[in-house]
Amino acid sequence: MFEHVHVHPKFFYVKVFLALIFLTALTTAVAYVDLGYFNTVAALVIAVVKASLVVLFFMHLKEQEGMTRVVIVAAVLWLAVFIVITLSDRFTRHWVPSNGPWEGSAITAPQSE
Amino acid sequence: MSAEAQSATLVAEQFEDLEQQKSADTFGMWLFLVTEVLFFGGLFCGYCLYRNVYPEAFEAGSHLLKVTYGAFYTVLLICSSLTMALGVRAAQLRLKTSLTVYLILTWIMGAAFVFIKLRYEWYGDYLEGLVPGVHFAPHGENLEIIHHFHALLPHVSLFFLFYFCMTGLHALHMVVGVGLLTTLLIFTQQGKNTQGNYYWVEMVGLYWHFVDIVWIFLFPLLYLIGGRYV
Repeated sequence: MFEHVHVHPKFFYVKVFLALIFLTALTTAVAYVDLGYFNTVAALVIAVVKASLVVLFFMHLKEQEGMTRVVIVAAVLWLAVFIVITLSDRFTRHWVPSNGPWEGSAITAPQSE
Repeated sequence: MSAEAQSATLVAEQFEDLEQQKSADTFGMWLFLVTEVLFFGGLFCGYCLYRNVYPEAFEAGSHLLKVTYGAFYTVLLICSSLTMALGVRAAQLRLKTSLTVYLILTWIMGAAFVFIKLRYEWYGDYLEGLVPGVHFAPHGENLEIIHHFHALLPHVSLFFLFYFCMTGLHALHMVVGVGLLTTLLIFTQQGKNTQGNYYWVEMVGLYWHFVDIVWIFLFPLLYLIGGRYV
């Protein structure tokens, strides 16, 4: 049984590990450089790359069957729907003038300086 | 023991064979991880929203955290992910001794994470008045570099609410992970993980790597926002 299981050499995992350590050092270093908005972008891009390395190689996504891959795509998709719809609500509220009851709630209050 | 007889003791009665059981178990585990993504997703969504509403306050809050702790945890978790992945490999190769060693190493790093977080970082945060609530009154380092700190204070408190909830939920997952590793160690000693059914180790591995991924996002989002160059 499991004769077909493909066992990776140890070095395969060590390579992924070294890449993750390098990216951790990189993300920390980048935070000390003033890039304006791109600090956040860089931090998120590096985090996504690191997460992808873990999912693809440590969690063996590359060797999973199709159904499992669909499940992972669904997770990312639903998380995106969750965040995008919530943020689109917040950022479009001022497009339509309103005196509704939520005008003065914490979420639409002007930012304090 | 013949291959058939050995296989029969490993396969639960609702499955045709080991292959089908493995595929069902793996699929179920990934499905569980999806619910976990959405479980943490609620906090990440709230975080995104309020960070956009109160960007200065979130940067100010982040500057009160110690990057050293965040970076140290990240390295610790990546090391534990490596030992976990090597543990799965050892289980695939049916190497009982290496599997035990890797599981113990992973266990130690997981327990160290929780211990250092609770004993040193959170306790330090508590001493610096960073716990949100009526007594929220930060008085640690870095306060002088933040402009208009007192005007931002109520929303800095909101940042720390997110900080404690997100790292708290993550630490809770670490505790569960350490518990799972303990169970795996017992099963390994009974020889259950090295007779061809390596996938229990793989399931716990999936969970462990997932918790690592959550931290990979928490580190830049909580510890590194707003840049450190000020």
